[in-house]
Amino acid sequence: MSKHTVSIDINGTTVTKEVDSRMLLVHFIREELQMTGTHIGCDTSSCGACTILMNGRSVKSCTLYTVQANGKSVKTIEGMEEGGALHPLQEGFHEEHGLQCGFCTPGMIMRAAELLEKNPNPSEEEIRWGISGNLCRCTGYVNIVKAIQYAAEKMQKEAA
Amino acid sequence: MGKYIGESVLRKEDPRLVTGEAKYLEDIQLSGMVHAVVKRSDYAHAKIKNIDTSEAEKVPGVIGVWTGKDFEDVNPMPCAWQAGGVDNNANTPRVLEIDKVTFTGQGVAVVVAEDRNIAEDASSKIVVDYEELPTVVSAEEAIKPGAPQLHENAPNNICMEWECGNQEGTEKALGEADVVVKEQLVNQRLIPSSMEPRGAIADYQPATEEFTVWMTSQAPHVHRLLATAFVFGIPETKMRVIAAHVGGGFGCKIFLYPEYCLVAALARKIERPVKWMETRSENFASTTHGRDHVTQIEVGAKNDGTINSLKVTTVANLGGTLSTIAPGIPTTLYGRLLSGTYKFPNIYCGVKGVYTNTGMVDAYRGAGRPEATYVVERALDLVANKLGMDVLDVRRKNFIQTNQFPYLPADGITKGLTYDSGDYEKPLNKALQMFNYGNFREEQKRARDEGKYLGVGFSTYIEACGVAPSAWIGVGGEGWGAGLWESANIRVHLTGKVVVTTGSSPHGQGTETTMAQIAADELGIPYEDVEVKYNDTLGTPFGYGTYGSRSAAVGGAALFNAVQKVKQKAVRIGAHMLEASPDDVVFEDGKVSVKGSPDQAKTIQEIAGAAALGYSLPEGDEPFLDETAYFDPPNTTWPFGTHICVVEVEKDTGSVMVKKYLAVDDVGNVVNPMIVDGQIHGGIAQGVAQALWESGEYNESGQLVSGSMMDYAIPRTDCLPSFELDRTVTPSPTNPLGVKGVGETGTIASTPAVVNAVMDALSPFGVTHLDMPLTSQKIWNAIQS
Amino acid sequence: MIPPSFEYLTPSNISDAVALLQKHGDEAKILAGGHSLIPAMRLRLAEPGYLIDISGIGGLDYIQEESGQLRIGAMTCEAALEESEIVQSKYPLLLDTAKMIADPSVRNMATVGGNLAHGDPANDHPATMLALRASVVAEGPNGTREIKIDDFFPDFFTTALAEDEILTEIRIPSPPSASGGAYLKIERKVGDYAAAAVACQLNIDSSGSIENIGLGLTNVGSTPIRASSAEELLKGKKPDENMLAEAGRLAAADSEPMEDLRGSAEYKRALVNELTQRAIKLSLQRAEGSR
Repeated sequence: MSKHTVSIDINGTTVTKEVDSRMLLVHFIREELQMTGTHIGCDTSSCGACTILMNGRSVKSCTLYTVQANGKSVKTIEGMEEGGALHPLQEGFHEEHGLQCGFCTPGMIMRAAELLEKNPNPSEEEIRWGISGNLCRCTGYVNIVKAIQYAAEKMQKEAA
Repeated sequence: MGKYIGESVLRKEDPRLVTGEAKYLEDIQLSGMVHAVVKRSDYAHAKIKNIDTSEAEKVPGVIGVWTGKDFEDVNPMPCAWQAGGVDNNANTPRVLEIDKVTFTGQGVAVVVAEDRNIAEDASSKIVVDYEELPTVVSAEEAIKPGAPQLHENAPNNICMEWECGNQEGTEKALGEADVVVKEQLVNQRLIPSSMEPRGAIADYQPATEEFTVWMTSQAPHVHRLLATAFVFGIPETKMRVIAAHVGGGFGCKIFLYPEYCLVAALARKIERPVKWMETRSENFASTTHGRDHVTQIEVGAKNDGTINSLKVTTVANLGGTLSTIAPGIPTTLYGRLLSGTYKFPNIYCGVKGVYTNTGMVDAYRGAGRPEATYVVERALDLVANKLGMDVLDVRRKNFIQTNQFPYLPADGITKGLTYDSGDYEKPLNKALQMFNYGNFREEQKRARDEGKYLGVGFSTYIEACGVAPSAWIGVGGEGWGAGLWESANIRVHLTGKVVVTTGSSPHGQGTETTMAQIAADELGIPYEDVEVKYNDTLGTPFGYGTYGSRSAAVGGAALFNAVQKVKQKAVRIGAHMLEASPDDVVFEDGKVSVKGSPDQAKTIQEIAGAAALGYSLPEGDEPFLDETAYFDPPNTTWPFGTHICVVEVEKDTGSVMVKKYLAVDDVGNVVNPMIVDGQIHGGIAQGVAQALWESGEYNESGQLVSGSMMDYAIPRTDCLPSFELDRTVTPSPTNPLGVKGVGETGTIASTPAVVNAVMDALSPFGVTHLDMPLTSQKIWNAIQS
Repeated sequence: MIPPSFEYLTPSNISDAVALLQKHGDEAKILAGGHSLIPAMRLRLAEPGYLIDISGIGGLDYIQEESGQLRIGAMTCEAALEESEIVQSKYPLLLDTAKMIADPSVRNMATVGGNLAHGDPANDHPATMLALRASVVAEGPNGTREIKIDDFFPDFFTTALAEDEILTEIRIPSPPSASGGAYLKIERKVGDYAAAAVACQLNIDSSGSIENIGLGLTNVGSTPIRASSAEELLKGKKPDENMLAEAGRLAAADSEPMEDLRGSAEYKRALVNELTQRAIKLSLQRAEGSR
C-alpha cells in the first residue's frame, strides 16, 4: 500500500491521519499539522534544521518517512514551552544571543534538549560534540554553547 | 549616551524565533496556492535543441509545464552594477533559458502542480535535447586563445577589464625596491550557504494588474525596482515585495534571481498564487557563489621593511552569466581596498572579469574586501619572510600613523575616499595584551623540538563599510546603477507608542533591536514602546536594503536624523502647550521643559497625543509626529583591527587545529555590544572556514563536485574554538551615531590571519605559501616536498 | 526533495520479511535506520518500489555478552552502542567507532546492521568488525547462517547477503583480559566520511607481547580491507618504534585507495601508515590499562 493511516503523538496530542508512504516526517509536521517551527535546510541529513525528538531521542525528521513514526511520540519546538513559559533552552538562546537569523534554532534546541537530558552538566567540549549534527551559519557557535550552558545551569537549579 | 545605546539589550526578534512561531518563506501558505519546480540543465555548456514536456504534462495534478520560449516577452535580469568607467559585455540570465545554457543548474523549464511532490515527479519526466558544447571552468583558461566561447558579445570570455592606481609609477617603484616578492594567490570559490535556501511566492490580481511577491530577500525595494522596471516593464507601484523572515543571506539574497521573476510570470499566467522553494542541491548549483580570484602580486620593499609598491593583477571568475551586481565586486569593492592600513606609496590593480561555465559569482560576506585584505595581509607576511623580519615589525613600519588622518591612499586607489579616522597600533597593542607574543615564540621553539608545529598569524586589516556615498558609487562614478543612501520613518502615535520603519532589510542582524535602542534613547522613551517594521515595500520608505555592513551606519543614521526631526517638531508643539517660545524650552529625557523650570514640562507622550489630536497646534505645524529621513553617507566608514590566530599543524597527517583565535576590532561606537560580538563571531567562523575547509569546486565538464552539504565543508560546532573578542572605539566621523558597521568585519579579517598562522607553523619546512583551503592533504604534500 | 512513490511494508517477523524479499526481488529494499537509504531515495539515486521496514520486528535491538561472544542485534542503533555499559567497559574500539559516525542525531537512528549491510567501504563498522574478527548472522528462506566478516564484503557496495537474506545479528568474540582497541579517523571535518581510518583490536600476554591483533582499514579500497601483513608482523611481538613504523608501512601497502575530494592515493596511504601506528599504540596502552 502506498497510503497508510498513522497515529502519532505530537506534543502530547495524538493525531491520526492517512499519509503517502513517501511523505517525510518533516513534511507531515509542517504541512499536515501546520507546525512550521521545524525547518528544512538540506537534503542530505547534514544540517539538523529539522531536528525533533522521537520517543525522547533527537532525530532528523527529513530522514524519516512519516509511516516510520507510527505509534511513536514526537516533540517539536512548538511543544517546548510549559505553561506559557519558555523552556530554559529557549530562554538561554535569547539571553546569550545564541541565534541570529533563527533558522537553525528550533533544531538546535531540540538536539540540545536530548543532550541535557542525558548529560545535565556538559563541558564545552561535550556541548560542541553533542550538537555537531546541527549547522549554524550565523553565530560561529560561540553563543550557542553559552546558551546551552545557561540552560544546563538553570535546569540543574530547578531540579535541585 | 542614553539608557539603551551601548547596552547589550536582549533582542526583540528572539521570542518568535526561539518558539518556532516566525514564518519563513516556506512556511507561508496562500489559499489556492500551487507549486513550481524548475527543471535545470545537467550540462554546463550546451545548446537547447528541443524540450519535450508531453510526459510531464500527463502527470495527474500537473497544471502546466512551460519553457523559456513561453516567456520571451519577459526581459532578462538586469545587471545593476557594471564596473565603472569601462565597457561591460553584460550577459544575464532569463527566467528560463531559451537557446543555450552556460552553467549546470540553469533553469530551462518549469512545472506547476497542485503539490510539490507531483511537480517534482513531473519535472523528472521532462526530456531536454541538448547539443553539448565544450566547457571551460577556470577563468585563467577561459581567456586563453582557443578556449570555448560562452557569449557572442564577450570575445575571449572577457566581461570587463578594469584598473585602478598607477601602473607606471608602481612598475618604476618595483624597479627601485631592494627586494621584490612575487606570488600567485588563489582566493577560491565559496558557496554562501545560508541555512534557509531561496524561495519565492507570487500572487497576481488580474483586475488591478498588481503583484504581491514574497521572496527571500535582503533588499525588497531593490528587488521590486529591478523586477518591475527592468524585467516586466511595468510601474514599480504595481508590485509589492515582502521578505518574510529571512534565514540568513550573507549576500546571496541581495540579487534578483530568475526564479523570483518566474513565479511572478507564472502567477500572472495561471492566475493562482505560485510558490517555489529551492532544495539545498539547487541552492548549491544555482544560487550565487563568492570570491574565485586568481591573483598575481608583486610587492616591492626596502631592506628596512618599508613597502614601496604593490602591483596586483587579478582574474575574477564571474560564472556563466552575470548576477545582479557581479562586476562591482572584484573592481570597486576589491581594488579600492588594496592600501589596507598601510601607507603604500605606489599601488596598481588590474582586473579581468571573466565568464566561465560555472555558477554565477557575486557578493558573499565581505564581497571583494576579503579578497583585497587577503592580498594585503599575505603580502606583508611574504615581505617579512623574505627580509627575515618579524611580521609585526613590518606591519608597524608601514602603518598609516595617527597624525596622517584624514589619509588619502596613494595613486587615487580609493578614487577620492579618505580614511577619515584610525589608530592602527591601538587594537594591535590591545590584542598583544591578550596574547603574549614573546612567550608564544618561545613556546613555539620548544614545541618544534618536540615535533609539534605551532604557528601564529596576524591580520591588521581595514575595511570599508556603511556603503556608500551615492554620487561616488553611482553611475557617474563606480558604476552602481542607483543610489546607496538609506531611509527611516518614525511615527509617534497618539498613545505615545512608536513605530519605526526602515529601508534596511535585516535577516539575522538584530536591526529591529538596535533601531529600537536608537529611537528609544533619542526620544527618551522605554525600549518596549518602540516597534520596528521592515522587509515590506508597502509601509516602509524606499531603501536599498541590508548588505555591505550598512544597516547601522547608513540606516541607523537615517533613523537618528528622522528622530531629530520629530524632536524638533515636539519642541515646537511642547513649547506651544507650555505657552513658551520654542527657544525657551529644551528636549531632555523624553520631556520638553521650560529652561530653568524642569517642573514645567510636557512628556513626549503628551506631546504626541496633542499632535495626533490636532486640536491646538502651533501655527504652521501639521498634526501628528511623523517624520522620514534619508541619509546619504558622505564617505564609507573604515573599521579596522587586529586578529590573531594560533594553529597547530600535525606533521604526519597535515591536519590543522585552530588552538586560539582572538580579535580586537574597532567598529566605532557600538549600539549593542552583544549583537556586535555575535556578528564578529559569525564572520570569523566563515573566514576561518575559507582558510581551512570550504571550496566550491567544478570538474572539467562543469559539474559542481562540492554540491551538497556532505561535500562542501561548512564548519561544524566541533571544528572551531570559542573566539576571544575585545574592541577599541574610534568613533566614525561619517555619521551622527559614530558607528561603522560590523557585519563583514570578521570574515574580512580572519582568513589571512589563519593562513598566515599555518604558514608560520610550516616555516621550518621552508613553505612560504599554499593556496586555500589549507586541507590536511595540501599541507602534508607541502611537508613531504 | 522527495522520492517517487513506493509501497511501504511492515512485516512483524523475520520470516515474513524474508518472504517479502522473495516476492519482490530486487525491487525491494530493507529499511533499517534509513540513514543511508532515505537520503539516496530523496536524491532519486535509489528508487525501490517496495520498502520493507524491519523496525517493527521485535528482538533485533540488543547488546548482550554471553558464552564468549558479544551479540549485537542488527537493529541496534549507534547511540545504543555509545551508551552501553558493556561496550564502554570492554570494547573501546566499538565505542570509538560509534562516536565517530556522522553526528548524534543520525546515531539515534542509524543501525549497526545497516552500516554493515549497506556494503559501503566508506562506512566505519566494516573495518571495525574486521579488526574484531566478527561474524554476522543472516536469515533467509532456509534458516540462518553465520558469515565470517572477512567473507562478507566481496566487492564494491556488495555484501555476501543473498537477495532474500536479512542481516540479523553481529557476533564479536569477547576479548580476553589485557585487550585493547582503537579507531582513528582523519576526516576533512568531523562526521564526514573518512579520508582514511584504521581500526585496531589486540591483546597482550603477561610480558606485553601481542598475542592476537586485528587491523581493519576504512575507505581506502573498493571494500573494507584487512591489513593482514601488518597483523602477521606484529603477532607474538612486543613492537618497538621501528616495528610500528614497519607495520604502518605494511598496512599502507595493503591499502588500495583511489584519489577523490578527500585526498590523493599517496596521501591516503600516508594516513593509513600513520594512523595504523597510532591505533596500535593506543590499543597497547588500553590493553595495559585493562590488565
